Amino acid sequence: MDSIGILEARQKQVIEKKAGESQPEIACDTTSLSGSVSQRACVFCGSRVVLYPVADAIHLVHGPIGCAAYTWDIRGAVSSGPELHRLSFSTDLHEMEVIYGGEKKLYSSLKELIAQYQPKAAFIYSTCIVGLIGDDIDAVCKKVEKETGIPVLPVHSEGFKGTKKDGYKAACFSLMKLIGTGSTEGISKYSINILGEFNLAGEAWMIRQYYENMGVEVVATLTGDGRIDAIRRAHGASLNVVQCSGSMTWLAKEMEAKYGIPFIRVSYFGIEDMSKSLYDVARHFEDRPEIMEATKKIVSDEVTKLYPSLQKFKKALQGKKAAIYVGGAFKTFSLIKALRSIGMSVVLAGSQTGNKDDYNRLKEMCDEGTIIVDDSNPVELSKFILEKEADLLIGGVKERPIAFKLGVAFCDHNHERKIPLAGFEGMYNFALEVYQSVMSPVWQFAPRKGGAL
Amino acid sequence: MKHEHAKSVTQNACKLCNPLGACLAFRGIEQCVPFLHGSQGCATYIRRYLISHYKEPIDIASSNFNEETAVFGGSHNLKVGLKNVSQQYKPQVIGIATTCLSETIGDDVPRILREYQKEFKNGTPMPLLIHASTPSYQGSHIDGFHAAVHAAIKTLATKGQKQEQINLFPNMVSPADLRHLKEIFADFEIPLMMLPDYSQTMDGGPWAEYHRIPPGGTPATAIADSANSRASIEFGSTIEANKSAAHYLDVMFGIPAYRMALPIGIKASDRFFSLLETLSEKGRPEKYDDERRRLVDAYADGHKYVFEKKVILYGEEDLVVAITAFLREIGMIPVLCASGGKSGMLKERIAEIVPDMEELGIKVRDGVDFVDIEDEAKVLHPDLLMGNSKGFTMSRKNEIPLLRLGFPIHDRFGGQRMHHLGYRGTLELFDRIVNMIIETRQNASPIGYTYM
Repeated sequence: MDSIGILEARQKQVIEKKAGESQPEIACDTTSLSGSVSQRACVFCGSRVVLYPVADAIHLVHGPIGCAAYTWDIRGAVSSGPELHRLSFSTDLHEMEVIYGGEKKLYSSLKELIAQYQPKAAFIYSTCIVGLIGDDIDAVCKKVEKETGIPVLPVHSEGFKGTKKDGYKAACFSLMKLIGTGSTEGISKYSINILGEFNLAGEAWMIRQYYENMGVEVVATLTGDGRIDAIRRAHGASLNVVQCSGSMTWLAKEMEAKYGIPFIRVSYFGIEDMSKSLYDVARHFEDRPEIMEATKKIVSDEVTKLYPSLQKFKKALQGKKAAIYVGGAFKTFSLIKALRSIGMSVVLAGSQTGNKDDYNRLKEMCDEGTIIVDDSNPVELSKFILEKEADLLIGGVKERPIAFKLGVAFCDHNHERKIPLAGFEGMYNFALEVYQSVMSPVWQFAPRKGGAL
Repeated sequence: MKHEHAKSVTQNACKLCNPLGACLAFRGIEQCVPFLHGSQGCATYIRRYLISHYKEPIDIASSNFNEETAVFGGSHNLKVGLKNVSQQYKPQVIGIATTCLSETIGDDVPRILREYQKEFKNGTPMPLLIHASTPSYQGSHIDGFHAAVHAAIKTLATKGQKQEQINLFPNMVSPADLRHLKEIFADFEIPLMMLPDYSQTMDGGPWAEYHRIPPGGTPATAIADSANSRASIEFGSTIEANKSAAHYLDVMFGIPAYRMALPIGIKASDRFFSLLETLSEKGRPEKYDDERRRLVDAYADGHKYVFEKKVILYGEEDLVVAITAFLREIGMIPVLCASGGKSGMLKERIAEIVPDMEELGIKVRDGVDFVDIEDEAKVLHPDLLMGNSKGFTMSRKNEIPLLRLGFPIHDRFGGQRMHHLGYRGTLELFDRIVNMIIETRQNASPIGYTYM
């Protein structure tokens, strides 16, 4: 087989870290190259992932059936109560509506759903075609809002109008309309919102518990286990704690501008970052030293409990090499640290939506020879996994078969996972999952490990 | 909540969109990259959906529309995309399917492809370009599947020397079914042109190095020769003539077309095997007599478990028709035959197989979603649900066991290796049905029987 090249138009989005010399900055923040088989989805996807976990609202996808069908119950975002988010609603547009407009169908669909499910709010996602046929979804939303008395929020997520990141913004824009409409009475001065935590496998519950044990009130989680009423009073919190910075930094900045709420960026993956995300909040409330004291105790208890249990994994995994390709770049920072803590190095680090700052930081963090890549594709990922002899790939559903085909272990760090990987407990799960996949005896049969083809 | 009256919204759809089927079918052509002309999301979502069932890499390229493309047309993006795919994958074929976006802006794809072929005439070897029109606002995934097969035949079939081979258009069946069909033809010693054939591309072995395109699939040259075959066999009960590849070859090249239901159950399999006997002018190999005998024997051994058990059956219309025929020959009653598809032919086809459907209380509904089906389930109280894994939500809520078959199966392992067709596939289905009923009874019994 001839060697795999990188498409000319993509070469600036791939760099190999070299020591000593100043390297050109990685190109990023662009739309995907046509024909490159990007792992990204679209604007709609960005909006859908951000709002998905809001469990007491209906999520109606305005467009042909595909967009709703492919996102039905797609994420592992769990709810402690209502589960409207796990249903899939579509206006299922047909040819006639494409020609004559879909507003009528949107209106009657909304009325039917609101009557049937009595939701606290409704999100209406526009898809590609709605952007073309020119349905005035804002007007329909306004009308239904008036008639039903619940917030009916348009999300302008036409697939082709930008990248996934623009979808994040469109979702945050809708959230901004809700925030500020609820009462902030009784909210403590020592209070936060958890932003960019989607309660996959119950992670937000764990995080929330840590903060509450520190003596900090959590006003709203956006959007994990999300509730409309909580989001409405989110402006009453004293601090926004932002994870998954790609999707929620915009919202945090808007809230800072409008309500004067400062924000910090955190990550809940790995011991180091998890501890830091608790300490940073405690430091913010330094006028109440009890919070810091409680935090120290929590971290110390958790780490004491966790550390010995990781040693078995570390011993087995020492010297193994990992490749990381995930949605947001911020997660890669934590993963690199987490992998190092169990003895592994990183030979490839990439993301779908990282920006310049993210990649510069990645470059600083990574070892020499590490490939850093923006908006990659299966061909490139495979090339580097093989060339760098990775033992593990961390990614999502679309990356999984690449790893398994090549006889490489895999850890799902995306929205579909069913096991919490955040928090101290999550670090144990993460190490266990990596261990179980990397150390499996099945790889002895893989051709690249000498198995017969 | 009643849903019998006209309603606007679709809840938990029992269908997928047109381009998904096209991508799968294109995946069954050798050295072919499926290419969606539309937004990046379509390709990515469809890849994700297919991967969760087949557990195989499936690269689908996209022309990646942006706002300018939507305003000024997709010509530039499509050409750049084709060029990049050619460079990165070195395919022999690119299967281009449209989406709601490119169809709505009215891109003239055949013209763009002609221009592309002219502009890059002296470049790298030009892949064959097949274009299927698959707007997501029409039909469902099965229409896209047939559209891609039809387009491949229409584009590639070329008159030449008469050949001994037979064309087989197997419909959207599992890789295991495709392998079984190939085995049957080989045993009959009939040369076969089967389209599509994703038996290997969607269920293949490990790789020592990265394959840009996985091995397997029907070669373009074989597809070209479909115009010279002795006959065409097409599985499907609701494929309109103008969407049928077999019909096209009949009209254009005089290739006799044998269009029949998917061979599920003894009677339908008998019809298929006797057609092969006629076409090959020899008896079926002993192996298949054995398979048939084992199936008849199993029917006898298991008949009491299944008799007059009520089933709600859903899925693509052709699958529903074929499974209905099978259920009737083992005495089960498909109280509801449902599909998210809407060819308009479902009821008629089922009435042909089950003339006493009204007496038996068999209901047929097309164009339904899972909430409609669930509403029916609450009234009909079936013993079993049968269909793809998307029925799990209602299965769990209403405590009705679900027998998974067809596509997609996202919550169980090995959906791609499940058989449905022929005596062998029928036996596998029958075993699973009987076992599910036994298991339900065993679990429900307070005694804990160890013989069932």
